[in-house]
Amino acid sequence: MITQATSAQRRTPPAATGGARNGYLSWLAVPALLIFIGFGVIPLVGVLFLSFTSWDGLGEIHLSGLTSWQSVLSDPGLPHALWITFLVMAASWGFQTPLSILIGVFLAGQQRYRAVLAVVFFIPLLLSQAAIAIAYKALLDPNFGLGAGLHIDLLVQDWLGRPVLAFSVVIFVVSWQFIPFHSLIYQGGVRQIPRTMYEAAEMDGAGRVRKFFSITLPQLKYTIITSSTLMVVGSLTFFDLIFVLTAGGPGDATRVLALDMYKRGFQANLMGPASAIAVILVLVGLALALLLRRLGGRDPQASQMEGA
Amino acid sequence: MGLPLGAALAACGTSGPAKPGGGASGGGAGASYWYLSVQPQEGVRTRAVERFNKANPGGQITGTPFQNDAYKTKIKTAIGAGQAPTIIWGWGGGTLRSYVQAGQVEDLTSFFDQNAAVKDRLFPSSFGAATIDGKIYAMPCETVQPIVMFYNKTAFEKIGAEPPQSWGDIMDLVPKFNKAGIAPFSLGGQSRWTNMMWLEFLLDRIGGTEVFQAVFDGEKNAWSNPAVLDMLTKVQELVKANGFIKGFSSITADSNADQALLYTGKAAMMLHGTWTYGGMSQDGGDFVPGGHLGYINFPPVDGGKGDPSNTVGNPGQYLSISSKATPEQKEIAKKFFAQGVLTDQEAKEWVDTGGVPILKGANSAWAGSKDAEFLDFVYGIASNAKVFAQSWDQALSPTAAEVLLDNISKLFQLSVSPQQWVDNMNAVIGQ
Repeated sequence: MITQATSAQRRTPPAATGGARNGYLSWLAVPALLIFIGFGVIPLVGVLFLSFTSWDGLGEIHLSGLTSWQSVLSDPGLPHALWITFLVMAASWGFQTPLSILIGVFLAGQQRYRAVLAVVFFIPLLLSQAAIAIAYKALLDPNFGLGAGLHIDLLVQDWLGRPVLAFSVVIFVVSWQFIPFHSLIYQGGVRQIPRTMYEAAEMDGAGRVRKFFSITLPQLKYTIITSSTLMVVGSLTFFDLIFVLTAGGPGDATRVLALDMYKRGFQANLMGPASAIAVILVLVGLALALLLRRLGGRDPQASQMEGA
Repeated sequence: MGLPLGAALAACGTSGPAKPGGGASGGGAGASYWYLSVQPQEGVRTRAVERFNKANPGGQITGTPFQNDAYKTKIKTAIGAGQAPTIIWGWGGGTLRSYVQAGQVEDLTSFFDQNAAVKDRLFPSSFGAATIDGKIYAMPCETVQPIVMFYNKTAFEKIGAEPPQSWGDIMDLVPKFNKAGIAPFSLGGQSRWTNMMWLEFLLDRIGGTEVFQAVFDGEKNAWSNPAVLDMLTKVQELVKANGFIKGFSSITADSNADQALLYTGKAAMMLHGTWTYGGMSQDGGDFVPGGHLGYINFPPVDGGKGDPSNTVGNPGQYLSISSKATPEQKEIAKKFFAQGVLTDQEAKEWVDTGGVPILKGANSAWAGSKDAEFLDFVYGIASNAKVFAQSWDQALSPTAAEVLLDNISKLFQLSVSPQQWVDNMNAVIGQ
């Protein structure tokens, strides 16, 4: 929900400037705007309101001032959940980005089997997160899973029962699902790099590695920013996968902010504090998106296209 | 983020009962009834409604089944949105209390006073979880499900041991089974409430029922009772001695993997609800029919104050009437309670699923049944128990239950000490 909200916001300004030049074009934004207001802005206002109330989801909604905020901010669970969320964000970024770039660069090449591999790589993205989580849970079962079935002792671990292992499994499964998507973005990015640059480098005697670090990587700067924004903001909302895979456990080792919010709201019946966490999630998401835009430089319109 | 999800669920709530015609808000002649899916239990519930509808053409009930975990969230949201079905299926206890406090369910005390016969045929112990502040808000129904200790007889024969008679025996058996390469206890630890059953029994055997009663009554620092510390220490001792199967925190009860560990002989014992009997006879091949499944009540703890006949589990399931229903719908629901719930035919069908209906004298219904021995055992536990305690997570409010389950999971992870556990839990008493 929040990813959509923020990405929709990011898309709105270009539409508006386009509208200044072509009057009727701005009308084209109306349907999207209505959906955004109906499913993004109005619920956000509702959540903000709920965060100043106490409500168990059953009875009357009582205004309670700042009590929900006080209970959330003074709960040691909040910094822990924030820390876990940050770790998930950092680890999944650090794991996915290099692999996505490498796969993207590879897929952008001219090899014959490339198209087939691209389709194969893409499959994980087509599966639902809940289905992936259930499948991995079954595979990782220490007694009836893959390791036990094939008698590979290395794979027989308490995968979801030890904090560090469970966290690593979450990162692995998330990456397994989303690397194809980011590879696709990088593939597009690499294809846009002018051939002439590589030809010039080859004449100067640059090898594969040199070309990658001196041409491909710098030219992918904006692609990296786009992909990173999607990863970072997206990782704030990881919920279904973690909920099904570990349910936040063992203990609270994988209890990210989104999961903390759900547990408070729908399992502990504390809608007020849950809404306060939702507001925090929105703020963190917005701040990160803005920060990443800043990192992209003052002039995001600057083109790297050939002849520009 | 909380709101849109709630709104979406509430939206489902309206379409759910409305589709089959005459739902909660329909206002027509019919009453609606939501209950749990999954066979064979779902079939028994559906047929009970069908029989009632056939006998009462004037007042029909429309039943809608839901899957267990989805139901827990959905019923809560539907009640909060004023879209509850006429008849609300539930587990009683803390959840029922939250409905009562929100004024969402009918007080049935006078109904039971006027229809003493309806009340008298049921197990008296089943009414505890239906009673809030001295008033009855739900009709007990279906089956009694105590938690018992199952064991694999083959595993015990292999190491030449007898089932444990005391906590000391359990701790003695642990190294013996581990040496033989068999896990002493199966446990679906990721589900958390599975771990909780150990705490419930141990605390009852060590300190008696008064200790948890004090927590339930909201007494300040009730968890600080020394019996609690003793119980928590014993649990962690069992974990440290590798009493539970390796990787238990990765196993869930939903997948029935914990039962599979017992019937495949990878684990020797399992503390679990009697509802797992049906699953084990279905999936375990020769395990149950071949007589390899043994069962005992949880053994006493040496020097403990608790009565060893006491048990824990689900004393029954519960039906409440929504206070938002029309008077006609309420009448139909009450008629269903009086004439349609636990009829002789329904009781027989529960027995066929391996369950013990909460009827006095139910044991006459299973003479000659292939599960008679097990049913006798469950009936014996249920009718002899001085106290049939409700599962803690059902007895406490949802808010306190969530903190409890969280801390229990950390206790089994050895990431909190018994004293920290007590402090964490004292902080949410009465919430």
